Amino acid sequence: MNSVAQYLSKNAREYGIWIALVLIVILFQILTSGLLLIPNNVASLIQQNAYVMILAMGMVMVIVAGHIDLSVGSIVAFVGGITAIMMDSWGVPWYLAVLGALVAGAVIGSWQGFWVAYVGIPAFIVTLAGMLIFRGLAIVIVGTTVAGLPRPFVNISNGSLPNALGFVGNLDVVTLVIGALGVAALVWAQLRTRRAAVKHDIAVDPAGLFWGKIVLIAVFAGYMTFLLANSAGGTPIVLVLVGVLIIAYTFLLNRTVFGRHIYAIGGNLTAAILSGVNTRRTNFMIFVNIGMLAGVAAIVTTSRAGAAVAAAGGNYELDAIAACFIGGTAVTGGIGKISGAMIGALIMGVLNMGLSIMAVDAAWQQSIKGLVLLLAVALDLIGKRRTGR
Amino acid sequence: MSSTPILTMVDITKEFPGVKALSEVNLTVYPGEIHAICGENGAGKSTLMKVLSGVYPVGTYEGEIHFNGEPCQFRNIRDSEHKGIAIIHQELALSPYLSIAENIFLGNERASRGVIDWNATNAEAAKLLRMVGLDSDPATRIVDIGVGRQQLVEIAKALSKDVKLLILDEPTAALNDEDSANLLALMRRLRDEQGMTMIMISHKLNEIAAVSDSVTVIRDGQTIKTLDMHGEEPVTEDVIISLMVGRSLDNRYPVHTSTIGSEVLRVENWTVHHPIQNERKVVDDASLAVRAGEVVGLAGLMGAGRTELAMSVFGRAYGANVSGKVFMHGKEVDTSSVGKAIAAGIAYATEDRKRYGLNLIQPIKTNIVASALGKLSSRGVVDRNEEIRVAEGYRREMRIKSPSIDILSGQLSGGNQQKVVLSKWIYTDPDVLILDEPTRGIDVGAKYEIYQIINTLSDAGKGVLVISSELPELLGICDRIYTMSQGRITGFLDRAEADQEKLMVLMTKERERAAS
Repeated sequence: MNSVAQYLSKNAREYGIWIALVLIVILFQILTSGLLLIPNNVASLIQQNAYVMILAMGMVMVIVAGHIDLSVGSIVAFVGGITAIMMDSWGVPWYLAVLGALVAGAVIGSWQGFWVAYVGIPAFIVTLAGMLIFRGLAIVIVGTTVAGLPRPFVNISNGSLPNALGFVGNLDVVTLVIGALGVAALVWAQLRTRRAAVKHDIAVDPAGLFWGKIVLIAVFAGYMTFLLANSAGGTPIVLVLVGVLIIAYTFLLNRTVFGRHIYAIGGNLTAAILSGVNTRRTNFMIFVNIGMLAGVAAIVTTSRAGAAVAAAGGNYELDAIAACFIGGTAVTGGIGKISGAMIGALIMGVLNMGLSIMAVDAAWQQSIKGLVLLLAVALDLIGKRRTGR
Repeated sequence: MSSTPILTMVDITKEFPGVKALSEVNLTVYPGEIHAICGENGAGKSTLMKVLSGVYPVGTYEGEIHFNGEPCQFRNIRDSEHKGIAIIHQELALSPYLSIAENIFLGNERASRGVIDWNATNAEAAKLLRMVGLDSDPATRIVDIGVGRQQLVEIAKALSKDVKLLILDEPTAALNDEDSANLLALMRRLRDEQGMTMIMISHKLNEIAAVSDSVTVIRDGQTIKTLDMHGEEPVTEDVIISLMVGRSLDNRYPVHTSTIGSEVLRVENWTVHHPIQNERKVVDDASLAVRAGEVVGLAGLMGAGRTELAMSVFGRAYGANVSGKVFMHGKEVDTSSVGKAIAAGIAYATEDRKRYGLNLIQPIKTNIVASALGKLSSRGVVDRNEEIRVAEGYRREMRIKSPSIDILSGQLSGGNQQKVVLSKWIYTDPDVLILDEPTRGIDVGAKYEIYQIINTLSDAGKGVLVISSELPELLGICDRIYTMSQGRITGFLDRAEADQEKLMVLMTKERERAAS
């Protein structure tokens, strides 16, 4: 068992963040006398924090490539405004408005990508400008609020998957099926990776640890499924959306040439250029992508509120950036994972939720979140220094 | 030479988790001598110097250090500097946008009550610069002087601290022959005129033979032998090498006969301007050709424009206002971006693998396939099994010493990093490889392996262009050698007719004054 202990200490950084999430959940579970994990709260935890997870996926890619994006909050407000006006004033059907939001996000992303990638202005400056430009434009077009959005659109962030398969006791069968499929897929994918690694003689986790990890994840996923199946609506629609995006972006970063190029640029820009990586196009696409994801976040946010608000998306960029850094993304670029950023986002979400249930003042909530961010990065750096020696 | 040593290190043992880096190493240095320490990469030279200079504080190692007759227990670098031990690292630690004078007194400012006394700073700096034979103005910024001069500034900085023992870690690794010669002359002068004691870590045996009074050879963390260079038996380079590698290396260059085919690469009338000072020609009307199976050398002093020529041909990765033509197999090709150059069959392995060649925070396998992802992906999706197969193949073939291809490339030794870089370029399946200083900072054993790889490439019908500052190396492995001076190709010699003197004449050939 000594080897397992050694292994754990060696990989402490990777598991540390999972452990931190679990500890924070347990802490708030105790502090809120069990209110944190009641089924309906779990469902709204996901609905309320979907935007952080969506934006953090794009932000990871931006930060890994060595940039930053300060403008996503303003883009959310601006695109949200466009989308609401399309439906409310122009009578565009909701699904076309959703498509419009994605296009608008991508166009804004290419505007910023152009300045960063082809003109060579640091992303900090370009997106700081974007933050001001698009906040201003949002106020211009929205005024204060555009309300009266169609039901299906509002359902995206507030509704759940229809209960097509009935109930077992209190439990929604659709949710159970999704949960079971999810766990099965996860086990299958993990086994497949492990087999490939063993076949090629690559070091893998000790078998006990591997199965322990799988059982833990399965228990965790099973428990979440149970809670959601018990909640008022079953599986929130945004959960499906976020789940699909997580799978797609994990694939994009790990398995595609584009993903490789992002890590190459962030790890050593000159070496990437000298390896024939088209760094300009890659940087451009990174910003188009986060623009589009900001469009998705705009849909989710506007739908959740049931209206477009000029002040929407305030501090969203900071939430997303914080999620990335809490999730182990390197400040200097080159290192970072979607999974890490997602856990970072969940930690932020649990903090939000727990503190709200405890009725902690919003001002204090902000200070506490700031401290958590600082501590997370500090611990990461200290850990690095220790393993580096 | 006086009989009491200035420094004795007795039975130094230093362990890292799982590795014994030093095992009962002994070192005795006498005042006023230049003491060379040599050994292969990873032999423990740098670790020993870190113990001596307090980077590894007392208590983290076993053994005793005596300096100037008193026992030393350094807790940090400051302690050792205080006693008069200064170390000049391989990677220079100067602040690029500060002046020479400011750098010399950095951390040790000539000031009263926190206000810099500029007159004293510049005057003392000028005095120190004269001492090291540097004629630059002390107000010049570090970025504006070459590496050779920067090295001298480092020494001036050490002298300003009243140093008694100066440690130079690979002092000439980044220098060309001329600057190296200057530095070695300076070391001799410091020894003869000021009685300075120096420890020099070096791979370059000819330099060790030229300046040192004694040599300690370290292998696998153990002291093998200390040789007296002025003893009765002459110490030859071969003796040192056999002690370093633990076996006799009869030939430092593998025997090889190239089968030369038709022309692969031809560069015509290539002119490149400096990226910032646009009117300055860095490469001036250069033309050269490489044939299939041929190993061609490119010799020149630092600043001659060799790297600039190579990098500008390789996708305009350097320079501005580039003109000229590149032909592959007799057909003109477009090499205006790195991607196009790779597609045309050109590969360029950089002289600075850590900064320009590798993504150090990613594993070996990712680096090996980085330039040819297209070969193992379809529709933008990377085949990871194929990636593993390819990387494993190169690890075995190139004998990259690493337990797995998942090890981060930053954790490898210089020689193994170089093999990763070569693997990466070989995997792009080029017709011609430009290798810029392929053996810089690599130990003797690994150098031999790199030469073998070059020969294998030649046997496979690839054209190889080797840029190197070490003339014996070029003479040892090349079929033909071009020389460059001041941006121009000044000539070429066949292996049979070339020798160091003839090359040096061409390498220093001045620009002929235009008639007008």
